[in-house]
Amino acid sequence: MLIALAFYLFAAIAVAAAVMVVTARNPVHSVLFLILTFFSSAGLFMLAGAEFLALILIVVYVGAVAVLFLFVVMMLDIDIAELRQGVLDYVPLGALIGLIMLVELGLALGVWAFAPEAASSVAAPVHPGLTNTEALGRVLYSDFLYVFQASGLVLLVAMIGAIVLTLRERPGVKRQSIAQQVGRLRAEAVELKDIRPGQGL
Amino acid sequence: MTIGLSHYLVVAAVLFTIGILGIFVNRKNIIIILMCIELMLLAVNVNLVAFSAQFGDLTGQVFALVILTVAAAEAAIGLAILVVFFRNRGSIAVEDVNAMKG
Repeated sequence: MLIALAFYLFAAIAVAAAVMVVTARNPVHSVLFLILTFFSSAGLFMLAGAEFLALILIVVYVGAVAVLFLFVVMMLDIDIAELRQGVLDYVPLGALIGLIMLVELGLALGVWAFAPEAASSVAAPVHPGLTNTEALGRVLYSDFLYVFQASGLVLLVAMIGAIVLTLRERPGVKRQSIAQQVGRLRAEAVELKDIRPGQGL
Repeated sequence: MTIGLSHYLVVAAVLFTIGILGIFVNRKNIIIILMCIELMLLAVNVNLVAFSAQFGDLTGQVFALVILTVAAAEAAIGLAILVVFFRNRGSIAVEDVNAMKG
């Protein structure tokens, strides 16, 4: 009973916050509602027994992705009023497509059934007595090693790509050039003047 | 009143639909579009976790982890492109993104 109550609470908050992400006027508010959606979804994951994934969702999404969004939204000088112009024009089309999509998904949900052999063809069964994190670690680093490495590669490429895209040479910024520093000659640095006694320069 | 697989699937379907609707409604604001893509990926993750819990199969959770990785990479690259675009054009309106049009 309590679990059902928690499920409905988390689900309602997640859906309501997702609606607010789409409809909020200010992009900053959208990002904050996105964070709320992720938090409630983490609660749903927790109820489903995926504790590790729930906490990873909070760490990765709320800690990294949402903050990245927040930084970009705040850094860019965006004219909100201009971006909001004509939003209402697209509401009928968007609502129509959303409705069609929801009806299709509902139809698929209504008529599907498990194959009789589905329950017996489990690839990585959960061992009783292991915590979720330990069980996940056991399969992640053995059976799914290539998947794990591929996702690491995706992150590496994304990191290099993001750095390459945003790095720029800015003119007029003073930088240390070590080669120039070390390669300086005495003749360029010091000049000796011969001054006669008592006359000054 | 037990919470079964279909409850999770309904929540995921609704989240996914909201994501699609958001892309159509906020056609001018590319940041909201990126956020809607994140919402859709989250809906897929809810699906995977729900099936994983239903069958006692950890494969779904492993692939949810992979989707999380891809979503993070996609957000980083997308926002980097957005920052570069804003630096060049001074706006992020989707209609202005026609520089490569022949």
